[in-house]
Amino acid sequence: MCLAVPGKVLTVTGNDIDRAGRVSFGGIVKEVSLAYVPAAMVGDYVLVHVGFAISVMDEAEATQVFKYLKQIGELTDLEERQP
Amino acid sequence: MKFVNEYRDPAAAEEYARAIARITTRPWMIMEVCGGQTYAIVKFGIDELLPKQIALLHGPGCPVCVTPVELVDKATQIAARPEVIFCSFGDMLRVPGSERDLFAVKASGGDVRTVYSPLDALKLARENPARQVVFFAVGFETTAPANAMAIHQAKQAGIGNFSVLVSHVLVPPAIEALLSSPDNRVQGFLAAGHVCTVMGYNEYPPIAAKYHVPIVVTGFEPLDILQGIYMCVRQLEEGRAEVENQYSRSVRRDGNRPAQELVAKVFRVVPRKWRGVGEIPQSGLGLAPEYAAYDAERRFGLESYTAEEDSECISGPVLRGIKKPHECPAFGTRCTPEHPLGATMVSNEGACAAYYHYRRRDRKQEAAAASASRGRADA
Repeated sequence: MCLAVPGKVLTVTGNDIDRAGRVSFGGIVKEVSLAYVPAAMVGDYVLVHVGFAISVMDEAEATQVFKYLKQIGELTDLEERQP
Repeated sequence: MKFVNEYRDPAAAEEYARAIARITTRPWMIMEVCGGQTYAIVKFGIDELLPKQIALLHGPGCPVCVTPVELVDKATQIAARPEVIFCSFGDMLRVPGSERDLFAVKASGGDVRTVYSPLDALKLARENPARQVVFFAVGFETTAPANAMAIHQAKQAGIGNFSVLVSHVLVPPAIEALLSSPDNRVQGFLAAGHVCTVMGYNEYPPIAAKYHVPIVVTGFEPLDILQGIYMCVRQLEEGRAEVENQYSRSVRRDGNRPAQELVAKVFRVVPRKWRGVGEIPQSGLGLAPEYAAYDAERRFGLESYTAEEDSECISGPVLRGIKKPHECPAFGTRCTPEHPLGATMVSNEGACAAYYHYRRRDRKQEAAAASASRGRADA
C-alpha cells in the first residue's frame, strides 16, 4: 500500500498545486504530480506513490548502504587482527 | 531499474547476513512496521538469512489490513447506491465486510472502479457531473498527501459531486499502543521508510527514549532491510535505544514539508478503530471542518453506523506480532486470498497473504525434500 517507485523526471509543467511532469520508470512513462517536490528538476530521480512524487532521491546518499557494509567489514578485519 | 536493482545484490546481502550473525549474541525480537517490508522479507527470504536468535515480527503497517469492518460496510453501502461511482485502490475490493465485499457489490451491478491515484477519481467526478463519485481514502501518512491534494483540488475547483470515505491511520500512535501493551514482545523497530519520507522522524526519539527501544528508519529493498536489521541489532547488543536513519537516500529528518502542510490543512487528528486492535486515541486522520462537505459518511448519512469484527480470524494477534499466520487453524484452508476471512489475507502486504504466496510453496518443497531424503535413507 505504501509502495513507492523511483523514476526519472523527463518534463516539468505548471506551478504550485498543478506542478506535474512526465516520469520514466525504467522506460514506462507516466504523468506524475510534482506539487510536493518543488525542487525536482528534469533529470532528477523522484520517489512516486499513487501518482505523487514524495521525495527527490539523494544521489550522494544512494551508495551509503554499500559504504556502511564496507566500513563494518573493515571494522571486523581490524578487530580480528588484534590479539 | 536505477535505485532498485543495485539494492538486490545477493553477494552484498550475504555479506550483511554474515555481519548480523557476527554481532548477535542473544535472541532479539524486531518488528518491521510496514507491510511493504513484510512482503519483501517473505518474498526474498530475508528472515531465512538471519541467525536463529533474530525473530522478525510483522507489524500492523498495512492500511488495508487495519481498516475496520464497519468502514468496509460503509463502503459497500455507499457503493451499492445507483447514483454512485465508487473508486478505490484495488486491494480494498476483496476485504470482507460483515456481509459482503466491494467485489460482491460490483458483481451485483454496483459501479465500483479501481483507480491508481485519487486524482483519477477526481477526474471521474469532473467527467460525470450527474453522478456522485466517492473515493475510499485509505492509507498511512505516505498516502495522506495524495488524498489531501485530491480533496483540496475538489474544493478549489468547486467539484460538488466528489466525496471521500476516510480511513486514514497514523504509525507512531500504533507503535506506542503496541509498546504499552502488557503482552508486547517487540524490542526494536524498523520504521517505515515511506511514511518517514513524508513525515520525517522527529516523532520517534521520544518513543525510543520512553520505551527504551531502538528505532531504525528503513527502506524496502533487501539490502535496505538487512542494513536496518544490522543497525537495530547493533543498538540492542550495545544497550542503546536511538533513532537512526538507514533510508537516507529518500528520508530527511523533517520529511516533506509541503506535503505535511497540506495534510494538516485538509485533515485533523482523530481517534480511529484498527481492525484486530481496537480504538487507538489520536491514531487517525479525519476531514478538517473546512472540508467536511466532502465527507462521504456525512453525505450518505452513515456517521452513526457501527459493526463488530468476526471472531474466527486471528488477524488481531498477527497484526500485533503475537501470532504468525500459519498458527491460524483456518490458514490456507477456510481462509485463502480468494476467500479471505480477514484483511491480512487480502492485501499482498498482509502477513497472511505473504505467507500464503511465498511460504506454502516452500513448505511443499521442504516436505518433498524431506521425503526424498527419507527415501534415500531407506534405500
